[in-house]
Amino acid sequence: MAKVAEKVEKKLKFTKEQYLTWYESMLLMRKFEEKTGQLYVQQKIKGFCHLYIGQEAIVAGTVSATKKGDKHITAYRDHAHPIALGLHPKYVMAEMYAKITGCSKGKGGSMHIFSKEHGFVGGHGIVGGQIPLGAGIAFAEKYNGTDNVCVCSMGDGAVRQGALHEAFNMAMTWKLPVIFVIENNNYAMGTSVERTSNVHDLWKLGLAYDMPAKPVDGMTAEAVHEAMEEAVARARRGEGPTLLEMKTYRYKGHSMSDAQTYRTKDEVKEYQAQDPIEKVLATLQKNKWIDDAGIEAIEAKVKALVDESVQFAEESPFPDPEELYHDVYMQKDYPYIIE
Amino acid sequence: MKTVEFREALREAMNEEMRRDESVFLIGEEVAEYNGAYKVSKGMLAEFGAKRVIDTPIAELGFAGIAVGAASNGLRPIVEFMTFNFSLVAIDQVINSAAKMLSMSGGQYSVPIVFRGPTASAGMLSSQHSQAFENWYANTPGLKVVVPSTPYDAKGLLKAAIRDNDPVIFMESEQMYGDKGEIPEGEYILPIGVADIKRAGTDVTIATFGKITKVALKAAEELEKEGISVEVVDLRTVRPIDYKTIIESVKKTNRLVVVEEAWPLASISSEIAYMVQKEAFDYLDAPVRRVTTADVPLPYAPTLIEASLPNVPKVVKAVKDVMYK
Ligand SMILES: Cc1ncc(C[n+]2csc(CCOP(=O)(O)OP(=O)(O)O)c2C)c(N)n1
Ligand SMILES: [Mg+2]
Repeated sequence: MAKVAEKVEKKLKFTKEQYLTWYESMLLMRKFEEKTGQLYVQQKIKGFCHLYIGQEAIVAGTVSATKKGDKHITAYRDHAHPIALGLHPKYVMAEMYAKITGCSKGKGGSMHIFSKEHGFVGGHGIVGGQIPLGAGIAFAEKYNGTDNVCVCSMGDGAVRQGALHEAFNMAMTWKLPVIFVIENNNYAMGTSVERTSNVHDLWKLGLAYDMPAKPVDGMTAEAVHEAMEEAVARARRGEGPTLLEMKTYRYKGHSMSDAQTYRTKDEVKEYQAQDPIEKVLATLQKNKWIDDAGIEAIEAKVKALVDESVQFAEESPFPDPEELYHDVYMQKDYPYIIE
Repeated sequence: MKTVEFREALREAMNEEMRRDESVFLIGEEVAEYNGAYKVSKGMLAEFGAKRVIDTPIAELGFAGIAVGAASNGLRPIVEFMTFNFSLVAIDQVINSAAKMLSMSGGQYSVPIVFRGPTASAGMLSSQHSQAFENWYANTPGLKVVVPSTPYDAKGLLKAAIRDNDPVIFMESEQMYGDKGEIPEGEYILPIGVADIKRAGTDVTIATFGKITKVALKAAEELEKEGISVEVVDLRTVRPIDYKTIIESVKKTNRLVVVEEAWPLASISSEIAYMVQKEAFDYLDAPVRRVTTADVPLPYAPTLIEASLPNVPKVVKAVKDVMYK
């Protein structure tokens, strides 16, 4: 029996440890965000709030294929990225609760999660605005002669912004170490990819700039990891950017206020049937790398982290009013106009 | 002291700062091989090489965003806009990224960057090439806005802007690049946010900034011949504004004219008038007046330009009005 398992392991590209890491990490993202959704309904969390549920394989495969020192930037659908990078989820929860202990001191909210310690440069609310920023972060790495790369994520809606073309063009011209990731969940709010352009294969947008580009199964951590590994290696070799179109799906609405009249329940079910977390779990089980007790242990660990996060957020204070005049300028004595 | 052109003063500031700090670089259209659209960056490519003096495609949104990203990741970019008219296609990255990153990250990511280039009118260029957006940028918390009027101020303030850890908008003028002025041989830095009294006087205060300061000074000369003593306060920075210097001057002269090369509505002059009535109401012997560009897109014809822009006769008249003369 042990021999058979060993054989299987040899055939697989990834180790048991890798699968366990993916499973735990994705389960944490999922459970954290399910809780987030509930807390939003209870109005503990306010503002705009966008869940990543269904898309977890993209950040899981990205994080496993990058290293410390690499930078990551995305749009407002940004809870999963920093957690996968190692930020304790309590700082994300506290941020959504608008508490001073949040990663952005209650000044950013759900859309503006940042963690400098983990190389996570936000959390940006202007669709497409992060695309040139990501290229610029990579520019600095190249300028400083590091081998770090920047992973710059965007939605399928964001690719219709002009900023993408300017950033792609310069990133290719200057061979910046950036990996552009399209998280194509097929909808920009209620507008499907088909309705926004004549070009439905989004990876083809890279071709106009001779940028290496390809579609990737974004519902499968292994596929994401392999594509990312190749792109990251190219960037580290100094050969410049890659565009990866991750085909994925969000199970929940665009934000917490979305009646989802633009799609059918069956369509959602179709994607849920190829759930990225279930897939990783199935591989673990097939190879007998995890038993029921193992699953329960991971579930308990994740639940404890989520519970701890909520408790931390609940117990933390809101920012004091005098916080208002902090973090607007680096200059400590900036003369604000105070009436 | 030595005499230099305004553009040389700017170049000296950039050269000195780039020699001093490896993380400073210059990026923009035509800044490298062409030596700058207005020759401000002449010779810089030869000294610093293509890594640090970087020509871009005509893509203001893209290169402004790339520079902001680079600044958030530890570099100190100087972004040259060929003119600030063209900064409008990049304004998203200036306002939504550069000015917000520190706050929305709770203090984690600062953006030490300078956006510089010429502002306002520069001859018969018609409406799209003649705009003064100082007040647009000054309205935004998170930014600082510097508008120098002399080579001396330009060099000292640009060095301060490059060293500043916050995003700075630095606005020049095509019509000033050839202006000559004295600067010290050695290094010096001027603080951002401090006004300068360019001419002392006792009867009327003129508050102004940037290129149009010259008009105010000429008007003051004319008025002196008629026995009217004008104090000219050059703000040098319009965010933050050195209200204290203006208000102290008004407390002395009891009369204020604001001269500005932007449109009148919601301008720097409106802001100053508000603050002066609030802080020095009892000192005013006449309503505050202002001279701005006319409330229309600037046309091409010289007669219409003459009618639109602030000039010496208009300033002289405004000063006489507040003197009830
Ligand atoms: C410049 C800009 N325009 C419009 C919006 C409003 N908006 C927020 S999210 C969104 C849809 C974006 O969809 P997509 O890029 O596919 O990302 P997803 O939400 O699917 O992750 C829109 C229109 C915005 N935030 N910024
Ligand atoms: Mg989408």
